[in-house]
Amino acid sequence: MSKEKTVRARKSGGARTLRARDRARPTGRANPTHRADFLARAWAMEVEAAERYASFADAMDEHNNHDVAELFRKLSRIEQLHADQLLEETLSGRPPVLPPGGVQWDSGEGPETAPHGELHYRMQPYHALQIALACERRANKFFAAYASRTTDAKARKAALEMAAEEAEHAHLIEDWLKRTPQPEKDWEHDPDPPLVSD
Amino acid sequence: MTSGVATAPATSQAFKSDYKPIWCPGCGDYSVLASITKAFAMLALSPENIAVVSGIGCSSRIPAYTNCYGFHGVHGRALAAGTGLKVARPDLTVLVAGGDGDGYSIGGNHFLHACRRNVDLTYVVMDNHVYGMTKGQPSPTTEPDWDSKLSPGGTGLRTFHPLVIALAAGANFVARAFSGDPNGTAQILAEAIRTPGFSFVEILSPCVTFCPEQREWKNQVRPAPVATTDDPVRAARRIMTDDGFNIGVLYKGERKPYQPSAGKAAKHLADLEAEFLI
Repeated sequence: MSKEKTVRARKSGGARTLRARDRARPTGRANPTHRADFLARAWAMEVEAAERYASFADAMDEHNNHDVAELFRKLSRIEQLHADQLLEETLSGRPPVLPPGGVQWDSGEGPETAPHGELHYRMQPYHALQIALACERRANKFFAAYASRTTDAKARKAALEMAAEEAEHAHLIEDWLKRTPQPEKDWEHDPDPPLVSD
Repeated sequence: MTSGVATAPATSQAFKSDYKPIWCPGCGDYSVLASITKAFAMLALSPENIAVVSGIGCSSRIPAYTNCYGFHGVHGRALAAGTGLKVARPDLTVLVAGGDGDGYSIGGNHFLHACRRNVDLTYVVMDNHVYGMTKGQPSPTTEPDWDSKLSPGGTGLRTFHPLVIALAAGANFVARAFSGDPNGTAQILAEAIRTPGFSFVEILSPCVTFCPEQREWKNQVRPAPVATTDDPVRAARRIMTDDGFNIGVLYKGERKPYQPSAGKAAKHLADLEAEFLI
């Protein structure tokens, strides 16, 4: 067994086979071509997503929408778990050195990071799951596009595996959505609206 | 292994405080906060060497959400406080922040003269075209036909043009950003902080509560189709003829920042106190 210990990612039962030798050091550039850069970006992507969901949960708690807050907190924990697994299994447990200010993404923010503007103070769990589904789909597209672009065979392999995992996550959320009550038509209606009415 | 490895003395998280923002969910100011802290990290600054100064309004809550020195000041007077601070402590990075009501209405006069003085600080205005904290009154940048219960049929008043006014008054750096592009905004802010003199960054930051139509801004903004110019006349012409959604650094000059020489006005505290004795 070489030092390049092969590990199998546990993330959602995914079949990601990656090596622990890579000490990832991403640059601030877009479109990295090396596997180490790729892994660091993948880790940063999960961390950013976890942080964003956590901030959404805080915002929802501030506005007494505790059901949605709890769901966002759960999504945050899931993303953080993915990040931790990636770190343990492919990055030797050592967080990669990121550029100052974090990774610069072509899309502005990490593909799996939910945009702030999608929130509404009266949103329901169904809406939160729709946001999460969009994030997983964007992540899937990101990895698939990366795999088709990179010239590094190992990075391509890892990207394809991660694209498959993100697709699996998207399916899980689709199932979750089916079990979640759909919002009523007037879900936005607030009997005590913030707008001045007299 | 690719090149360009850099170490980060502090991540953007290190610039955030433990206080949780109470802005409305969906508010653009969350992203602006993320961009500001990211810009600080990009510049490898330290929280103890930064002061964030604000006025009054939703966006002016921002100093509390950072881990830097902060001053939540008086309505419209953030630039006065920030200017004084920078002149007294030129070693600090001073970032003044607020909203369009605070900065362009009650603080309009300070805005003009801060541009004119060109003290080395960065002024960030989170512009949502409305007074959000006080429940949705029109601000200087509200569209004239914006119909609301507080302005039935709209105000009918032409809007304030902050970027052009900043240029005319002498700002050394003028940019427009969009909160929905936090990384792009962070880069603009980093450049603004790095550029000597008065840097003015207007950030379009939707108010989803009182102006839900501003959610569409994400489909309207675009990178400015022209390169940054150092010609204020050309920049002004461009800004006056665009639709308000061109994003980027629109003007960058080379005016020398105002900084009184140390010692010239310095007095001992006792001397100052003596001047106030009757």
